Amino acid sequence: MQRPYLKIDHVCRSFARGSTSTEVLKDVCLTINKGEYVSIIGHSGCGKSTLLNMVAGLLPVSSGAILLEDHEVNAPGPDRAVVFQNHSLLPWLTVYDNVRLAVDKVFSSTRNKAERHDWTMHNLELVQMGHAKDRRPSEISGGMKQRVGIARALCMEPKVLLLDEPFGALDALTRAHLQDSVMAIHAALGNTVIMITHDVDEAVLLSDRIVMLTNGPSAHVGEILDVDLPRPRKRLELVANNQYIRAREGVLKFLYERTHFVDSAA
Amino acid sequence: MSVTAIKKKLAPQAAPAPPALVRMAAPRTSIVQRGMPYMRGFAINVIPPVITLLALLLIWQLLCDRPGATLPAPTIVWNEAKDLILEPFFNLGSQDVGLGWRVLVSLERVLIGFGLAAIVGVLVGCLIGQSVWAMRGLDPIFQVLRTVPPLAWLPISLAAFRDSSPSAIFVIFITSIWPIIINTAVGIRNIPMDYRNVAAVLRLNAFEFFARIMIPSAAPYIFTGLRIGIGLAWLAIVAAEMLTGGVGIGFFIWDAWNSSRLPDIVVALFYIGFVGFILDKIVGALGNLATRGTAAS
Ligand SMILES: Nc1ncnc2c1ncn2[C@@H]1O[C@H](COP(=O)(O)OP(=O)(O)OP(=O)(O)O)[C@@H](O)[C@H]1O
Ligand SMILES: [Mg+2]
Repeated sequence: MQRPYLKIDHVCRSFARGSTSTEVLKDVCLTINKGEYVSIIGHSGCGKSTLLNMVAGLLPVSSGAILLEDHEVNAPGPDRAVVFQNHSLLPWLTVYDNVRLAVDKVFSSTRNKAERHDWTMHNLELVQMGHAKDRRPSEISGGMKQRVGIARALCMEPKVLLLDEPFGALDALTRAHLQDSVMAIHAALGNTVIMITHDVDEAVLLSDRIVMLTNGPSAHVGEILDVDLPRPRKRLELVANNQYIRAREGVLKFLYERTHFVDSAA
Repeated sequence: MSVTAIKKKLAPQAAPAPPALVRMAAPRTSIVQRGMPYMRGFAINVIPPVITLLALLLIWQLLCDRPGATLPAPTIVWNEAKDLILEPFFNLGSQDVGLGWRVLVSLERVLIGFGLAAIVGVLVGCLIGQSVWAMRGLDPIFQVLRTVPPLAWLPISLAAFRDSSPSAIFVIFITSIWPIIINTAVGIRNIPMDYRNVAAVLRLNAFEFFARIMIPSAAPYIFTGLRIGIGLAWLAIVAAEMLTGGVGIGFFIWDAWNSSRLPDIVVALFYIGFVGFILDKIVGALGNLATRGTAAS
């Protein structure tokens, strides 16, 4: 069997407030292979962002370990680029400069100025944002901001791309467009991707595997669903696909039963 | 994207040339229409203060234009200090110069003192804002020092520097630095976690973080501090110069008081107020210019 690329090994995380401490995640175990697209789904507040931030290195683990290519993750870095839940573009920089900042930082020693410019433009074109390169984040729409956020993450050539509800705040049409772009980019570049989402269709459409977290506190991996649909996937063709329907059903059932469980426990 | 698409669609429809008559008429109306809002803005902003000013002058005139009045009425000020008002830049030897020159001398002091306060204040504010413990430890001390009036700093500063010119600059510096430090620190504390996360993922070093994230993100706060600071600095200059002498506007008032030239003092007060107003507007405008991006988000 091939060695795991990214290994999340019995990771726990608790937050202390005063004398009380709540355990948000308990014994989360997950291995992800190179080039795999994994979605994490779970109820709001169960600790999805917390898990992603730990993989990014923005939050330390309370116990357990996260290994990327057998090296422990303990600090953030451009090899694990994040597309944040709320895009997080720097509002005082133009679209171009937001991406360029990342390019300059990551490739300062390996590429010259012209190459860095070309690479910035290449990534902006990849998300079809080249035409708005001189605008500020306040002057573009939510979907455009999200695309720039994706370009900024992609330009770092990360080993793992971390997406925290990347399409959460978008309308259905824009969302579908962006999903298609992400699928195309994933197909072309073969990135390893971890994506958090609330949207069952989105998870099934994009992922190779769907990881379902149980409800917090002490959330852990409840179930993992393999999505064996062939790529490239076309959303319209999939609607009638039996495998797609079954995968969708599986995720919905999981989510619904957990909600039910919480209701009766409360 | 959609906006440009709509514009492109609309463009050809707008393109067909309108009939000659309409085209000749169009610019005329548009100039008038474009001019109207400016005229209105001008009227709204200028007429009320002018009316208020005239009314106040009238009240002043009525109160002071009677036998036994202790203060000069506007007409007396005009008659006795006309040259100061009409000729700000005369120069009749080392001590007898126009108020314009005096203001410039004072402004130079203020700019040196305030400039130093701005640099030191922003740097110290950044350090303090970055550290919770520095904030907790230093904030109460700053809040106390901030209330010490400029004149109270002067004896200490004269004792330390033994020279009037650096003392005056120090007094301006120490008076205007507190709001700059405090506001900058608050701005740094309020940098959204998202920006810190972006910096962390990119592994920005301390200097890059300072220049690319801290300063732009805290800019609105920094400029609020600078604006309060320049006001205080201008307040301090008068106090400082009254005691240190020289050709500044502050000393002019003290000198006029000693030789009982009340009308001169009244004119100098107007100069000081007007310059303070302009300084505040300049810093405010710089702030607006510098924080366009941040404020709009
Ligand atoms: N810094 C923190 N201090 C204390 N508690 C925290 C902190 N960050 C997160 N939590 C808690 O951890 C839990 C999980 O938060 P997290 O943001 O990971 O949820 P999430 O699954 O991403 O939710 P959503 O889907 O709404 O984004 C929440 O109950 C939250 O209150
Ligand atoms: Mg979240």
